[in-house]
Amino acid sequence: MAKLKDLAQMEDRLVAGHGMCLGCGIPLIMKIVLRATEDPLIVANATGCLEVCTTIFPRTSWNISWVHSAFENAASTIAGVESMYQALKKKGRIPQDKKVKFLGIGGDGGTYDIGLQALSGAMERGHDIVYLCYDNNAYANTGGQRSSATPVGASATTSPSGTQSPGKLQRRKDLTKVMAAHGIPYAAQASPGRWKDLYNKAKKAFEVEGPAFLNVLCLCPTEWKYDEAKGLQLAQDAVDTCVWPLYEVENGKYKINYKPRKKKPITEWLKPQGRFRHLFKEENASVIQRIQKEIDEEWEELNRLAGFSQQK
Amino acid sequence: MKKETWKELTLGTINLNAGNSVQNLTGTWRSGKKPQFIEDKCIQCFFCWLYCPHHAIEVQGEEVKGIKYDYCTGCGMCSEVCPPKEKAIVMVKEEIKLAERSSK
Repeated sequence: MAKLKDLAQMEDRLVAGHGMCLGCGIPLIMKIVLRATEDPLIVANATGCLEVCTTIFPRTSWNISWVHSAFENAASTIAGVESMYQALKKKGRIPQDKKVKFLGIGGDGGTYDIGLQALSGAMERGHDIVYLCYDNNAYANTGGQRSSATPVGASATTSPSGTQSPGKLQRRKDLTKVMAAHGIPYAAQASPGRWKDLYNKAKKAFEVEGPAFLNVLCLCPTEWKYDEAKGLQLAQDAVDTCVWPLYEVENGKYKINYKPRKKKPITEWLKPQGRFRHLFKEENASVIQRIQKEIDEEWEELNRLAGFSQQK
Repeated sequence: MKKETWKELTLGTINLNAGNSVQNLTGTWRSGKKPQFIEDKCIQCFFCWLYCPHHAIEVQGEEVKGIKYDYCTGCGMCSEVCPPKEKAIVMVKEEIKLAERSSK
């Protein structure tokens, strides 16, 4: 079992001096994920907060090979790099025993919306890659527009709350299940609030042969509008209210990694965040009920899938 | 920093200086508060190291030794996640003279 003390001894693959916000959740995720493999790592990055903040020319925060091409094709880029590696290995220009790992990274905009087609293609072709999505529920890099990962009731700049609307009306896309439906060997959902779980999942994702997908909830004080120091509590509340259940799908089998002893009411998750503040007005009480009902349904469905997988 | 022209830039603007962002001192963003490390209260859990977004926790060998103020932006995550009852990292007020900041 990994200890934080040992992880801290490892070399930083993403170094200091990047321009991410105060209390940003991305570096926390990267600190764990980039340490989950000891093999050399090549990263392809979709346009997004991570890409913009870490590579302000002429400087870069990456200590490893890193490539960015466009918003929509991080998955195809890393798939191409992986194919090249296989080809060079076949030709004998890379030694047979040299192991290299490939990681594609995108935010929820570059994964749920813009990069979905490229990601789906790469997963279907069965490249030996890992794709990591850091999901902060909005296009935070461009000013907080809604994405298909934005939850019901959240106020975003293109789905603002006001007298005519209680924020976003549509349900969020369940991308982890979409990816699991590709029949890939490993798909999982994790949260930085439970770092051991995140570490184990990242390790597993790097170890499996074939494509693996990780969906990680990412704290975003800028768009969620909470006190940036209180991030860890929020990441844990997301798991305890079942807004962001921790589960993995290994070869089609669902497994829930963490069941809260007592499921917290959804208001615990909504209350600290400014983007949900309008929901606590009298006229929006029905929206909170709707969110709670949908979360309960999703959690029940997930339990059903996991129970079904156990019986098999 | 001297700006490079197209004659000096690498083809495809490839950056060959891995990790050179350490020259960006994000600590200059700090406004009003800064964390203070109290060594004898520290239980060496490394939570602050994990949850610091700006890599500002100084680790020497196997011990947390302090805070790198060159990078600390004063967000307060480290103090919040510090587990002992009497916290080993507390946020204190910091007065910054504007002239001092801009000269950094």
